[in-house]
Amino acid sequence: MTTNALTSGPGSGRTGDRVFSTAARSAGILILLTLFAVALFLFVQALPAFTADPADLSGGQGFFSYIWPIVIGTVIAAAIAIVLATPVGLGVALFISHYAPRKLAAPLGYVIDLLAAIPSVIYGIWGYLVLAPVLVPGYEWLNQHLGFLPVFGGPVSQTGKTMLTAGVVLAVMVLPIITSLSREIFLQAPGLHEEAALALGATRWEMIRMSVLPFARAGIISAVMLGLGRALGETMAVALVLSTGTLIPSLIKSGNQTIAAEIALNFPEAFGLRMSELIAAGLVLFVITLAVNMIARWIISRHQQFSGAN
Amino acid sequence: MTNATLTPVPAAPVANRRNRLSKGRLPRWAIPVVGLSALVLGAAGSTLGGFSIASMLIYTALLFVVGATAVTVIVEGRRQGTNSFFTYLIHGCFILALIPLISVLYTVLERGLPGMTSNFLFTSMNGMTGAVDNQSVADGTPVLGGAYHAVVGTLLITAFSTIISVPIGMLAAIYLVEYGQGKALSRGITFFVDVMTGIPSIVAGLFAGALFGILFGPSTRMGIVAAVALSVLMIPTVVRSTEEMLKIVPNELREASYALGVRKWRTIAQVVIPTAISGIASGVTLAIARVIGETAPILVTAGLANNINFNVFSNWMATLPTFIYYQILSPTSPTNIDPSAQRAWAAALLLIIMVMVLNLGARLIARVFSPKTGR
Repeated sequence: MTTNALTSGPGSGRTGDRVFSTAARSAGILILLTLFAVALFLFVQALPAFTADPADLSGGQGFFSYIWPIVIGTVIAAAIAIVLATPVGLGVALFISHYAPRKLAAPLGYVIDLLAAIPSVIYGIWGYLVLAPVLVPGYEWLNQHLGFLPVFGGPVSQTGKTMLTAGVVLAVMVLPIITSLSREIFLQAPGLHEEAALALGATRWEMIRMSVLPFARAGIISAVMLGLGRALGETMAVALVLSTGTLIPSLIKSGNQTIAAEIALNFPEAFGLRMSELIAAGLVLFVITLAVNMIARWIISRHQQFSGAN
Repeated sequence: MTNATLTPVPAAPVANRRNRLSKGRLPRWAIPVVGLSALVLGAAGSTLGGFSIASMLIYTALLFVVGATAVTVIVEGRRQGTNSFFTYLIHGCFILALIPLISVLYTVLERGLPGMTSNFLFTSMNGMTGAVDNQSVADGTPVLGGAYHAVVGTLLITAFSTIISVPIGMLAAIYLVEYGQGKALSRGITFFVDVMTGIPSIVAGLFAGALFGILFGPSTRMGIVAAVALSVLMIPTVVRSTEEMLKIVPNELREASYALGVRKWRTIAQVVIPTAISGIASGVTLAIARVIGETAPILVTAGLANNINFNVFSNWMATLPTFIYYQILSPTSPTNIDPSAQRAWAAALLLIIMVMVLNLGARLIARVFSPKTGR
């Protein structure tokens, strides 16, 4: 360097400092503004749908009766995904943190992270063209033996493009999120507690149940919540896999719809009031996922304060 | 975690079966025998209702877990039985998680490779109609049309979103680490950056669409709108990874620089950032890998085009993910969907290759130019 802070005048350095810190702070503020703007612009663009004559909206009975079936559909799909992915994800995380040989743990973790790297549209076409046909015999079996339950009511979809398939694909997509977050927490569990449990004659599972899981409880809850946020907002997998329709209780029949897929399938052709309606649906989705994510982050931050892990 | 043996029993002499220490323990051959008989019974059971590999494996796995647990409970007691049950379950979870990964990668490779022709890579869908596809199926000639326009769109839109998000994300991270320690604003930014990582991608697309809709009239669709949507998704990732990297730069470096009378901004620009640059670069690469496969935001902001468009500031643009989506959902020729499916899978293979190269590249950057921590 030909110039340094000593040779350049005091004024120029101070200006540089001021410019730089202002730029840094404004970038930070810009991020906050963006989040605020997301909510504001969505609200402004969605306003016509809230104020319009109910008869002009899809379904002709107002915004609420349009939105609630797809909100329920979104929740059902996300719930299936979470119910399937949570036990498997926690099992994989425990496998990597406490069961796999030490040297293999890191590469195996990377393999599971690859699941997260695959683009969602590829999961979508895989679920549509590969997974759905494979699951049809399983659905028929469920319908035959458990058909008295409304969730397995027939007739079974012959393409397999059902809510349950969409839920399975979503489960595969949220699995790496649950795994990687809970793996971090499991690795932080105090080693002294684990060794003490083993020294007292606990089996490996008893050690995990008594010293790892209680320590990780808050972390597991927030990992599941973050996975839930992802499952609620995931679009392409549902748009491609689900054969959409009205809200029905059966999970193995064509039907149901989620907010994100509703937007993706209809937005390209939408204009005017229909567009506002879809943006309003997006606003509802935004509020739901924002709430879920904020609760998850709040649990994490609260946990950090008294974890004593570090 | 230690690898301490869980049994308090030291290696018992095998010769003496009645050894007091090895009493109440399963002999070594017990579990493999259970496994083998589970396989035989599973194969037999699956033939009852129409043989298939999948049902055989499911039966075998269930029989093995139940059988091995039962044997352990009978010989070694309930506690050891629970332990081995969960051991098998957890191994099973891992294998279960690998199935979709292998299936997806195998399917994409198997169905994508035949379509990976130079024609696919270097031509667009311009002028490709259903009639062309019908003709090529009827004549048995190679499938025409390709994804060149989508590759161009993907690269341009991703490049523009990188140009937007990297400066903002890096500056915000610098604020958080160097200026904002402990301030309320910095805590707020950290919290909302975390929350932003969870914004559904389609909402980010709607936001960019709404923003440009207000500025330029409704239904404005062009590449730059998609780039803005993607940067909403990308900025939080860049902030988080840059923040992590800046935090591990040792304070001694900053103090040494201050002691020489260097101003804070030059310390940051010429000492802190160069030290952390490899980690920042790898974080940015991972962020790019995350957004390059996004479909939903592109769908609502850039539309879909069949022709090559190099200008992100006008007209619709195609990207690989939307190309895949539309080729599958509304094939070019509704009667002969095979050419469209072939193009879609080839595009999926191309996209996966891009994402994997970015992921591996990020790891390589991080490893080769790992931050000099001075220790």
